[in-house]
Amino acid sequence: MVVNSVHWFRKGLRLHDNPALQEALNGADTVRCVYVLDPWFAGAANVGINRWRFLLESLEDLDNSLKKLNSRLFVVRGQPTEVFPRLFKEWNVTRLTFECDPEPYGKERDGAIIKMAQEFGVETVVRNSHTLYNLDRIIEMNNNNPPLTFKRFQAIVSRLELPRRPLTPVSQQQMNRCLGKISDNHDQLYSIPSLEELGFRTEGLPPAVWRGGESEALDRLSRYLDKNVWVANTRVKTCSLYASPTGLSPYLRFGCLSCRVLYYNLREIYMKLCKRSSPPLSLYGQLLWREFFYTAATNNPNFDRMEGNPICVQIPWDQNPEALAKWAEGRTGFPWIDAIMTQLRQEGWIHHRARHAVACFLTRGDLWISWESGMKVFEELLLDADWSVNAGSWMWLSCSAFFQQFFHCYCPVGFGRRTDPSGDYIRRYIPILKDFPNRYIYEPWNAPESLQKAANCVVGVDYPKPMINHAEGSRLNIERMKQVYQQLSHYRGLSLLASVPTIQEEAEPPMTDESQTSSGPDSPPRVLADIEAAVCLMAPDSSTSAPVLDQDNASLHRLFQDHCTSSGQPSSPASSPPQSPAPRSKPGSPSSSCPSPSASPSSLPPRRKGVAHKGRRSQRQRERPSCPMATEEEEEEMMQEEVDEERMEEEETAAAQQ
Amino acid sequence: MKRIKGGEEASSGESPPEACKKLRTETSEESEAVAAGESPLCDWSLLPQEILLHIFQYLPLLDRAYASQVCRGWNEAFHMPELWRCFEFELNQPASSYLKATHPDLIKQIIKRHSNHLQYVSFKVDSSTESAEAACDILSQLVNCSLKTLGLISTARPSFMEVPKSHFISALTVVFVNSKSLSSLKIDDTPVDDPSLKVLVANNSDTLKLLKMSSCPHVSPAGILCVADQCHGLRELALNYHLLSDELLLALSSEKHVHLEHLRIDVVSENPGQHFHTIKKSSWDAMVRHSPKFNLVMYFFLYEDEFGPFFNDEIPVTHLYFGRSVSKEVLGRVGLHCPRLVELVVCANGLRPLDEELIRIAKHCTQLSAIGLGECEVSCSAFVEFVKMCGRRLSQLSIMEEVLIPDHKYSLDEIHWEVSKHLGRVWFPDMMPTW
Repeated sequence: MVVNSVHWFRKGLRLHDNPALQEALNGADTVRCVYVLDPWFAGAANVGINRWRFLLESLEDLDNSLKKLNSRLFVVRGQPTEVFPRLFKEWNVTRLTFECDPEPYGKERDGAIIKMAQEFGVETVVRNSHTLYNLDRIIEMNNNNPPLTFKRFQAIVSRLELPRRPLTPVSQQQMNRCLGKISDNHDQLYSIPSLEELGFRTEGLPPAVWRGGESEALDRLSRYLDKNVWVANTRVKTCSLYASPTGLSPYLRFGCLSCRVLYYNLREIYMKLCKRSSPPLSLYGQLLWREFFYTAATNNPNFDRMEGNPICVQIPWDQNPEALAKWAEGRTGFPWIDAIMTQLRQEGWIHHRARHAVACFLTRGDLWISWESGMKVFEELLLDADWSVNAGSWMWLSCSAFFQQFFHCYCPVGFGRRTDPSGDYIRRYIPILKDFPNRYIYEPWNAPESLQKAANCVVGVDYPKPMINHAEGSRLNIERMKQVYQQLSHYRGLSLLASVPTIQEEAEPPMTDESQTSSGPDSPPRVLADIEAAVCLMAPDSSTSAPVLDQDNASLHRLFQDHCTSSGQPSSPASSPPQSPAPRSKPGSPSSSCPSPSASPSSLPPRRKGVAHKGRRSQRQRERPSCPMATEEEEEEMMQEEVDEERMEEEETAAAQQ
Repeated sequence: MKRIKGGEEASSGESPPEACKKLRTETSEESEAVAAGESPLCDWSLLPQEILLHIFQYLPLLDRAYASQVCRGWNEAFHMPELWRCFEFELNQPASSYLKATHPDLIKQIIKRHSNHLQYVSFKVDSSTESAEAACDILSQLVNCSLKTLGLISTARPSFMEVPKSHFISALTVVFVNSKSLSSLKIDDTPVDDPSLKVLVANNSDTLKLLKMSSCPHVSPAGILCVADQCHGLRELALNYHLLSDELLLALSSEKHVHLEHLRIDVVSENPGQHFHTIKKSSWDAMVRHSPKFNLVMYFFLYEDEFGPFFNDEIPVTHLYFGRSVSKEVLGRVGLHCPRLVELVVCANGLRPLDEELIRIAKHCTQLSAIGLGECEVSCSAFVEFVKMCGRRLSQLSIMEEVLIPDHKYSLDEIHWEVSKHLGRVWFPDMMPTW
């Protein structure tokens, strides 16, 4: 029987370590590599020119690599659901392969295509290669819930077998066996579109700082793994705000580089240079963060919004389109924020500390604008913006999920100065400020007027005044965050870390909070018709936008309650002295004198990290009421194991040093 | 099954919401069929009012409204005063908020039928002036009620400040004059002024226990002094530093005055280089003598060079929050002059590590049980030493991983273990995504 394969590229724009592509080649008579693109949709989508350029360059690189193998890339215009039935018939396709897309939107799209392929009698082969691990497996290991703290995630990953080893690139030999005929008018029918065709104006477009494509990705990887560079990068806590020639994140996003190739290369170089048998998880920092957010998002279609998102705290963000535009266009009047947003818009990439700075400024730090708005701007401009990672990071940075300490706000002046005391970063991206001395470059509005004139930049004329008084703004916002978290936790305190019960407890009525929330109808009319109308009026509202604690958030709510009750009375956890866990020594363990830090979960301190564990436990208890204790013990055991491992590692190093 | 809140608390086999839902469907859809099969002993409409009231207390308003359609008895129960003592008005505009608002018709109904039952009232208001105006309109209609607590809460920007002052004041004084037993008043970020505080004092001085009025620019030190002089039952007070005076502290520690429990002071810089007055040590001493257990919570939002007047003398602060960068020198003074310190949060400091300052704080602040450090670089060994000195009394310990500087003694991988050992529990530094 003839096997005609189509490999559908989406992400995973590479020939190396591409298991689905290998499946397409396996025993096939012909293989065609397809990318589906809708030029009309492209113009309308919320994706900026830099991201499109990166994609088109990646496709060109792919086409070039395929040419070297005497094949070509087929870029087909249209929507997948319209394109594939046509291709199936035209090419007499029997097998369709593609990389698994773990994101909810992708899963839905692929589900429809698989079904359609079935109807056409086309076999579909899907392989997972965009993430290191099988995400479902991680969730399964965490009792069927995605881990909500990074520590927890690391603990689970450390128990997993190593990721699958990467596959070799597609070879000439493999390709030769299944070369389809390339028609003479291929370029006419299946060429890669230009930016102009997608509706972008390209006059005056500066050259790309990040060139897309697998070849570039592999060049960068080899530079990154250069022994000297690598050692220098890991030894010193360098923080270059500029685009690095060894930066890899956009290439991971588009799959020009396989995350597993990076993983195994890191592992290898570590073992070679550090002569230790097993590298610490911290080695894979960014790769694991990516994996963490992918895991959190894979089963949550509302992961990119506050409403209806079970892991997202409902925060009464302000809607303020003008302020949002100032932020997005780099007109806040804070040079540190404006320089970052300018770099993002021009180049498509900013350092993670810069991301923290602008995200905090937009949300909980200064402007009190929803993280969703910021996420959308990043989606447009940021080359490495994966849907999951982008939304997850925004929730993290705005303290909307993952249980962050909210007291810590980045200062739009001080944080910049600490990161780049020279101010050269500002001078590069906001040249109008270039003649300001270092002392004022992060706060030009405080410079004497004579100095502003001498620097040829008068604040308020040539450069905007700061759009907000940061001291006042952060004071307000800390209070707002406190309101939100207090409502979640039923914790009423004056302070931020530990709770100090205030006297309002006795001043308040003996009612549950739930009965107070006025998610109510039009109230108590006598006539039934009235109340029916009222209920109709209110019902859709009450499910969409109740106050901080709606039913959608019931789990979060309960989670915080659990957290409070776990550490004593809900009203005053601080008043009960923190129980110190009983030292639990393992028989025969040489370090039994060390207290084992993980004891009974009930003695976990009232800390957000601890909350997460509690929360998951409570969720699990609800789902599996039969054996709640087992899961607690499992968790305990897991933490214990982790600690034991670390202890062993420590002992190993100690022994080695002697 | 959406609304199950409070369901757990119900001890009967079938939780009240379930029962209501069931009854609702029965009456509306298949009433005859079910009614015929039901024993008269289970007639829910005969439920005594007090039990019904108890159940209703656990139901959200919407469910109570549904339940009130069931029968006359339940409809009467719906209107029982006990269920209307406490209400939170949410005033949001679709253009400025993502959250829904309390329906205007419901507000009308409450004012008409239940305003005399209201006792514990709060207003949550988004950033639009209309919402704040609407809150004022409601307030000025609360003439025949006697509120015990009132809270005006801005959930985004301080929108009450945008309302014409006279409008706000007249609305607020309606409540002061008509409710003669206010015990708790939260009016942070509002244009309240001295004359309106006088009205408050004239009508509620015997009952007022809590007053929160941070960032109320129209109040003067004399205005708040009048409150402290007359309201001897005041136990909790929140205000900005410019209202704090020696006289105020002495008034709060007079013999007639009850012990103060919480005093919160916000120290906010309006313009750089602002000069701040000092408070005499003797005034603080008087406070501590009078209320030995009181919490002094101070939030600082100052530029580094504005700290001159602070922490030169002993100060009985218990909770200290530095919202902006603070110098090593000031933190050094904190270590020397804050013996009652319980909680310390430092959002940022300069570029040099905070090592000696932390050790000094551990040594002198023997009550310290919670600390949070943001952008503050600390060497790993100094941090471990700090934790070792404080030991297990540190119930809260939070630091960003990226500001811990590895040194010859400890690497970043080791510090989690070392700190956990001294705390007696699992501890990790806080992380931010490196993405």
